[in-house]
Amino acid sequence: MSDLLELRGIHKRFGAVAALTGANFSIAPGERHALLGENGAGKTTLMHVAYGLVRPDAGTIYLRGAPVTLRSPRDARRLGLGMVHQHFTSVPALSVAENIALAAGWGVRPRALRRRVADVMGRVGLELHPDHRAGDLSVALQQRLEILKALASEADVLLLDEPTAVLAPSEVAGLFGVIDRFATTGGAVVLITHKLREALAATDRVTVLRTGRVTFAGPTAGETAESLAEYMIGRPAESAARSVSVPPRPEPVLTMRGVSVPPDRGQGTGLVDGALTVAAGEIVGIAAVEGNGQRELLRAAAGLLLPSRGTVDRVGAASLVPEDRVSEGIVPAMSLAENVVLGQGRSGSWVRGRLGLVDWRAAERYTAKLVKTFSIMAAGSMAPAGTLSGGNQQKLILARALESNPSLLVAENPTRGLDFRATAFVHERLRGAATAGAGVLFYSSDLDEVLGLSTRVVVVAGGRTIPVGPPLDRLRVGALMVGGTS
Amino acid sequence: MVAATAVAAAGVVLVAGLELGGYDAGAALGALWSGAFGSGYALLSATLVRAIPLTVIGLGFALAFRGGALNIGAEGQFYAGAIAATAVGVHAAAWPPAVAVSMVLLVSAAAGALWIALPVLLKVRYGVFEAISTLLLNFVAVSLVSYMVTGPLRERSGIYPQSDPLAAAARLPLLPGSRLHLGALLAIGIAVVLWVVMRKTLWGFQLKALGLSPRAALVTGGVGADRMLASALLWSGALAGLAGGLEVSGVSYALFQDLSPGYGFTAIAVALLARLHPGWIVLSGILFGALEAGAGAMQRDAGVPAVAVYVVEAVVIVTILVVDALFRRRQIVRGIQAGRVTA
Repeated sequence: MSDLLELRGIHKRFGAVAALTGANFSIAPGERHALLGENGAGKTTLMHVAYGLVRPDAGTIYLRGAPVTLRSPRDARRLGLGMVHQHFTSVPALSVAENIALAAGWGVRPRALRRRVADVMGRVGLELHPDHRAGDLSVALQQRLEILKALASEADVLLLDEPTAVLAPSEVAGLFGVIDRFATTGGAVVLITHKLREALAATDRVTVLRTGRVTFAGPTAGETAESLAEYMIGRPAESAARSVSVPPRPEPVLTMRGVSVPPDRGQGTGLVDGALTVAAGEIVGIAAVEGNGQRELLRAAAGLLLPSRGTVDRVGAASLVPEDRVSEGIVPAMSLAENVVLGQGRSGSWVRGRLGLVDWRAAERYTAKLVKTFSIMAAGSMAPAGTLSGGNQQKLILARALESNPSLLVAENPTRGLDFRATAFVHERLRGAATAGAGVLFYSSDLDEVLGLSTRVVVVAGGRTIPVGPPLDRLRVGALMVGGTS
Repeated sequence: MVAATAVAAAGVVLVAGLELGGYDAGAALGALWSGAFGSGYALLSATLVRAIPLTVIGLGFALAFRGGALNIGAEGQFYAGAIAATAVGVHAAAWPPAVAVSMVLLVSAAAGALWIALPVLLKVRYGVFEAISTLLLNFVAVSLVSYMVTGPLRERSGIYPQSDPLAAAARLPLLPGSRLHLGALLAIGIAVVLWVVMRKTLWGFQLKALGLSPRAALVTGGVGADRMLASALLWSGALAGLAGGLEVSGVSYALFQDLSPGYGFTAIAVALLARLHPGWIVLSGILFGALEAGAGAMQRDAGVPAVAVYVVEAVVIVTILVVDALFRRRQIVRGIQAGRVTA
């Protein structure tokens, strides 16, 4: 079968960094293709080349066998490519239908638009209420909208950039259903991911990138997690999440009783009558489907949301590692040192006197030390935090949170979007914090991570907290998450 | 760089406008220059005297804007300060000069803060956008001045709609042989203090973080936007009020309508041109003070309407906004190309 899309010999440099070196990629009609690699391996850049967002320094793009030049994403869309980016691109104030019209370049006359939108939803097999405001949709539904937008103008190649990073396990299955359906109608799907399990479960072929070079391309069948991991990082990887048994010390650092919190950002159920304790040395993992109150639970525990009812008692200081790194965890335009100063506030050792004068030299020295001990890849403590890769931003946030010696560390999806080396690093540090006597409370949308990292698991479903006793069985916890009983 | 572009663009537009309008551009610019810098008198008594309110208000605007709050009501706060200064100053005849002057300046700053207190309250309580509420209060303040100079504060002789002159004790000392008053030193002092606050204190730093990313400031830094912006806006209003007090006790010695030739608005351009940096605000205040001073000379000696100068101010603001927008856009595009979308 001839290829639908082919990239041949793609080279791309950004300044001193070679993002892609002679990368080849091809996909045939009806194919589900995983593009695997660590953060910074060049996966997204390669697909941005295919989508006309990045002009390659050398190399050729072929569509249906013919060489093409893509000057912009508009060219790519015209030629039948659709892309769903990691960061959503809908206009929150517009309706679902209007957003689709905007992406596809349609008019917005209500009746005609309604018909066309219904057509697209039928064809793709995804349903959304056309009149709902995009800003009111949950993350999973927003992603649905992004897919509809990408496919609205009859695209036959769909590029998905880390689509499962924001989804709960049950939602991932739904996404894969959509992918399968699209492929059986002759479409081609590229799934950019760093999760081996997804590549193995949901694709026909796989291309692995390592530091801008293709290290493997072939059928998925016959590969294993170990073989793919080796292509990705160049040496046999030690398996990531493994459970530890730290003997929990008796004294609780967090006690929440009868806590209700209204939904943050107006979405989901909020928290209803939640109860939770975290003891020093414990790692308590929260398993939940997006929008079931886990965000409110964690933020109330960290003191960031005020409960409408109930009591939250903390012993000592709490530190939060927020879910959205770029908008909440750091100020991208500020330097690493400034971000550290922001995070530690008055308690920073560089704040002097009653006027609160900041000794910037001391803050920079401290930051330089963090950069070193957490091996953060940065041009220095004065580099803008926005220039760091996602993994290194997370290291900075974690370093800042841990170095303030909190008695309670609260982390929301701490490894979201990280490759497994960075993920392993985060896990190691969270375990280290617990060993050092902090209580760790974390939530992850990856159930396997919750089960692997936690010393104790609590499910949050429909706004209620449900403690889970051993054995920590995947199916049993999963059933509790969607409202079943154990 | 952006500032230089803006000034250059303004110069080009001014020259082109003069030529198209049939004026002798050379003569007009010559008159502008000599009116602003042509003599010791022009510099000290015209340019710098006008630079003082522009600088003080500009510093206050910059303080609030660093945190992301827009005080468009400096004109009204200036008048509130001027009214308060007059009300105290006309009764200060028996006071020692140091006391009288301090009192006048203190009440003017307090009046400015009071004038912005309502918008601050509305913002914190109900989320009313401060740019609108502060702007609207300007009109109230202008009307209040009219009322004051025809009513409670009208001169005892009752001839003109203006106040009695301030007692001699309440007037600021002048640099001998000029009309430059003590406010010049005060303006520089405030700039220095503001520089220290923004550069060296945790409060100033947190305010800057709030302006760049309110979410990160709250979640990561525990910085509550309401409290922070409330105090930044109150200080901003106090500085505009102080400028009104300085104008009454250092220049006009009385309250009357149209006391300000739009200082409260021009000062926004002053602060934006200086990229909100306190040191540059002093210089940009002098530049706009020179334009104000030279405008009169240009009208007198070259027959060019003084409003031409306001065109220059407008071009400066628009250029800064456009260059900023283009710059940001380029950064976003680069971010996407480098695989980091942070837009």
